[in-house]
Amino acid sequence: MSAIEYLPEIDNGLLRFLTCGSVDDGKSTLIGRLLYDTKAILADTLHAMTRTSERRGLEAVDLSLLTDGLQAEREQGITIDVAYRYFTTGRRKYIIADAPGHEQYTRNMVTAASTANLAIILVDARKGVQTQTRRHSYLTHLLGIPHIVVAINKMDLVNFDQATFERICNEYREFATSLGIGDVRFLPLSALDGDMVVDRGERLDWYRGPTLLEVLENAPAAHSERDEPFRFPVQFVCRPHRASDPKLHDYRGFMGRVESGEIAVGDEVLVLPSEKRARVKAIEIFGTSLPRAIAEQSITLRLEDEVDISRGDMIVLAKNSALVTRRIEAMLCWLSETRLDPQRKYLIRQATRETKTAIDLINYRQDINTLQQMPAEFLDMNDIAHVTFKLAQPLCVDSYSANRATGAFIVIDETSNNTVGAGMILGGFKSEVQQRYDASVAAS
Amino acid sequence: MSSIALQRRSTLSHLDWLESESIHVLREVAGQCANPVLLFSGGKDSLVLLRLAEKAFRPGRFPFPLLNIDTGHNYSEVIDFRDFRACQLNERLIVRSVEESMRRGTVVLKAPGESRNKHQSVTLLESIAEFGFDCCIGGARRDEEKARAKERIFSFRDEFGQWDPKNQRPELWDLFNARVSKGENIRAFPISNWTELDVWQYIEREALDLPSIYFAHKRRIVRQNGLLQPVTELTPAREGDVVEELSVRFRTVGDITCTAPVESDADSVARIIEETAITTITERGETRLDDQTSEASMEQRKKEGYF
Repeated sequence: MSAIEYLPEIDNGLLRFLTCGSVDDGKSTLIGRLLYDTKAILADTLHAMTRTSERRGLEAVDLSLLTDGLQAEREQGITIDVAYRYFTTGRRKYIIADAPGHEQYTRNMVTAASTANLAIILVDARKGVQTQTRRHSYLTHLLGIPHIVVAINKMDLVNFDQATFERICNEYREFATSLGIGDVRFLPLSALDGDMVVDRGERLDWYRGPTLLEVLENAPAAHSERDEPFRFPVQFVCRPHRASDPKLHDYRGFMGRVESGEIAVGDEVLVLPSEKRARVKAIEIFGTSLPRAIAEQSITLRLEDEVDISRGDMIVLAKNSALVTRRIEAMLCWLSETRLDPQRKYLIRQATRETKTAIDLINYRQDINTLQQMPAEFLDMNDIAHVTFKLAQPLCVDSYSANRATGAFIVIDETSNNTVGAGMILGGFKSEVQQRYDASVAAS
Repeated sequence: MSSIALQRRSTLSHLDWLESESIHVLREVAGQCANPVLLFSGGKDSLVLLRLAEKAFRPGRFPFPLLNIDTGHNYSEVIDFRDFRACQLNERLIVRSVEESMRRGTVVLKAPGESRNKHQSVTLLESIAEFGFDCCIGGARRDEEKARAKERIFSFRDEFGQWDPKNQRPELWDLFNARVSKGENIRAFPISNWTELDVWQYIEREALDLPSIYFAHKRRIVRQNGLLQPVTELTPAREGDVVEELSVRFRTVGDITCTAPVESDADSVARIIEETAITTITERGETRLDDQTSEASMEQRKKEGYF
């Protein structure tokens, strides 16, 4: 079948997912299989793979060669970095973030997980739940990926045995519950032969659930599952002032992307951190006016009232505000070879805002293999810790578990300009602005 | 009440999502960089970039000029279209040419007729230094080539314009880091997550005009290593070559000496989309003579400052 036969009729949007596992789990083979069976591999690429497979003395084309990346990696025989792959089924476009699974690459997995809405965790059917399975699951959960698929691979090597599959499922469920992981789906498959990836095959007839591709096709899109508060970090202020066009003289457009929730013309908004109120006059994209805008749409907002707004401010709905704070507690993943020094000042970038920060306290370091909390005085690359930050300027935040866009931040080293940390804000708070609003509603 | 609650929340179609992400990237460049520039060749990917820039910044002017590095070996249709489009948008277009670098002596050709594609890097770096650009916006996509699949959307380059694949800045969520010291710069790729098919679907949806050589036309060619080499003043037929006249179109437009057309009757965007959806050859493999030399050739060129 050629791709043209299933060009988009229904557009089910886009799904970003992550694959975790090591080379031994068959991760590269699984990605290769997905791309191969959805006809996403083109002829010259296939030709190159065939040549390389022959050169290495293999009988069949090694699908894992598809994710074989940079020259630097080939020389060392390892995967260094996150790679992004694309395929479409016609119904949906997919972006795969392919991260190396090894412990020392925690930072890569965290990077890949940050934008994913679904994670495929690979388990070797012969080995069952391993230390790295726990590590991958913990990180997936930490990064707030709402959907987890545990793909029990290499079923061909355990004679497609149902009891083996069930045993691994139970083992996994037990520790997933202890982590607080909710939505998990289990799939038996053979990436090497293709069973249950795109095609069902004939050797797993006891399994009645969907194939991996069916799971992907039907996975809920980001922002589709629950009502979210409106969050609009201002990226850029448009003031055209063109002498030739007097209509534009007073034009002020606040440009940005709706990070969550919805906004409609006429809504009353609050500008943070100033807490000024205004009403939405217009929502525009390139000259077109819209009655409303939804999550992930890049728009220009115009307001009825003259309010001083600049990049870094956040527009929210008056009835559902974010927290404006100079202190945050977060889970921090350290990404840099230069260790975190709590004596130093760093920069934090969150939404479109940047502020200086000082480490108040490293509360504990989380061992990602044993999940134990350990004391720590500094952090090395790949460490994950609970840290309290003091901020020079207030940030407008939500907890990461409530909102991935406004609960996430990066830490930048001002000397090297490098991105050295990734943080997820911990919650359980109710913003002061919100408390006051709720009190005023209750009073009236 | 329950029926409303059960209704699925609307989400964006894949093209709307891609468009929105790209606009977000462009606005981050504008918000974070002091002196950015958009690399504009007149090719389809950079024409998509211009439409995205319109969506990101109108009714304002673009917060950056356009820059073209002219190899002097470009198809005139593309150069004319480049000038026409910049003028139509009323935006500032800067052109710097490899030939100027050759006159300065910073580009030295090994042979007079050789491809000038890789020499663009020199002229680009010279232009960056001349204007003090801290960010170059480019139309590269991750689906084009292996080395690009691992490149960041905001990709850091040192003062020699080098990309270090082993030492890239982590890029998480949509939190981009465009901070650089003097002399260093960022290459920003707003359409990183687009595929060739996405680009064509977007061109169709937005009804974008393209240089005529993207559509099927008659051209004299010579078959060479499985590729079609156009017969031009720069690439004349050699003795013994069999010159044929075929209906062809270009999938990428670059230096005449290294860009090959494909055989095609597709004379409209809709027909190109049909062909693209069923094509079995990757875009660069079919049409770029310079990428075939070695498996790692793109990675090599990027390390040297190629965009």
